[in-house]
Amino acid sequence: MNAILLSLIQAVAVLLGITLLAAGLTFAERRLLGFWQDRLGPNRVGWQGTLQIVADMIKIFFKQDWTPPFADKIIFTAAPIIVLTTVVLAFAVIPLGPFAGIMPNLNIGLLFFLGMTSLSVYGVILAGWSSNSKFALLGGMRAAAQTISYEVFMGLAVVGVVMLTGSFNLETIVAAQTRLWFVIPQFFGFLPFLIAGIAEAHRLPFDLPEGENELGAGFHTEYSSMKFGMFFIGEYASIVLISSITVVLYFGGWHGPLLPPAVWFALKIGAFIAFFILLRAALPRPRYDQLMSYGWKLMLPLTIANLAITGALMLAGIE
Amino acid sequence: MSLSGYDIVFYAASAFALLTTAIAITRANPLYGLLNFVLSLLGMAVVFYTLGAPFAAALEVIVYAGAIMVLFLFVVMMLRLDRTAIARESGWLTSSIWIIPILSGAALAGELLYGLLGSTGPAGAHHIVSPQAVGLKLFTTDLAAVELASMLLLAGLIGAYHLGRPARARD
Repeated sequence: MNAILLSLIQAVAVLLGITLLAAGLTFAERRLLGFWQDRLGPNRVGWQGTLQIVADMIKIFFKQDWTPPFADKIIFTAAPIIVLTTVVLAFAVIPLGPFAGIMPNLNIGLLFFLGMTSLSVYGVILAGWSSNSKFALLGGMRAAAQTISYEVFMGLAVVGVVMLTGSFNLETIVAAQTRLWFVIPQFFGFLPFLIAGIAEAHRLPFDLPEGENELGAGFHTEYSSMKFGMFFIGEYASIVLISSITVVLYFGGWHGPLLPPAVWFALKIGAFIAFFILLRAALPRPRYDQLMSYGWKLMLPLTIANLAITGALMLAGIE
Repeated sequence: MSLSGYDIVFYAASAFALLTTAIAITRANPLYGLLNFVLSLLGMAVVFYTLGAPFAAALEVIVYAGAIMVLFLFVVMMLRLDRTAIARESGWLTSSIWIIPILSGAALAGELLYGLLGSTGPAGAHHIVSPQAVGLKLFTTDLAAVELASMLLLAGLIGAYHLGRPARARD
């Protein structure tokens, strides 16, 4: 009974932690963007703008929650729930420390993560379809095509790591990196994985499903109040998710000298989150056909070559 | 007969899969049909998991629910589904159209019941098939099936390439 209680407490703690972190990121991102683009960002509410999140939250909760009369009500409501649920569920398999995490020992942990990310696209597509407006539909269709294309080599990129460890178990993968982080032998697996991760999270430069200068707000054009808030939090939660899975797969998880494991894990994730925000501050958005041909013609061959070379080296006995 | 936790999950997931499949067949709006089918696939994934095949369960979610159904959804989204289309679709679902499917379905259900009555319920997760075991089987004893499937995929790929080329290059 105690074991069940303990895992329940852990699950609730992770859930709350992720949601709060994602909410905090909405503020951190604007401040960092301001810093990198040589402007201030929100700094009025509270000390250095730290209470901005509270102000935003109050505002978003009291906005009118409007469902357009022309929308498909059930699916329109379900879409943001799907996005947030799948992202949060994927955290279940992430090992947060030596013995922390909800279910880090699952023998198909990595596949579970891939499954949840591939399901989360339903939220975006259905939001686009059920809104019954042209901007939203175009955003949803872009999301569908983009996610399917980038998922292909996301799955192929992690196979390199799976080959080296012989396991889908994320805890085993972290344990295998005590001597050498996988980013070194698997650099050409890491690169496509991170790029696909950014595309999965619909972050700039891959945020064409939203594309605010051409599609209004893309798939969530018709959403308001907390339904929009759920898409928003879902996006930041998926940034945290992609950052943590990258750290687990390629940067040794919680391993590191001197500092306690949890601190190392937080530091590494923080670095990746900052990198995500830096990308948004620095890069322009590509054209849609450029995005697609980049995925199929450059990243897919790269991951397949990486797999072939990794396999050949393993066969030759060099690791 | 005592039910373990696995058995309860198994029966619940099977019932869920059957129910959503039945709903998927009877919808006039193809999008609702598709979504129910996705739910049914997720139920199937849980069934696979409780039967001790976590790898098959994961593939069911990633490949079927996460990729193939998204493609279907993509196509349905491009069709303009308004009230007239749904009304036309409902018109096709008359009561007489159900006779043959119901008869053949009943025959299948009878055979299934006959088979089930002789067996002893679900196997439960007594024997868990690891991903490694699946891989080994695929590339040793079941190699012929893998090769056949890859040939089929290659044919599909060539066909898609041909259709996808601009009209000028095709001549």
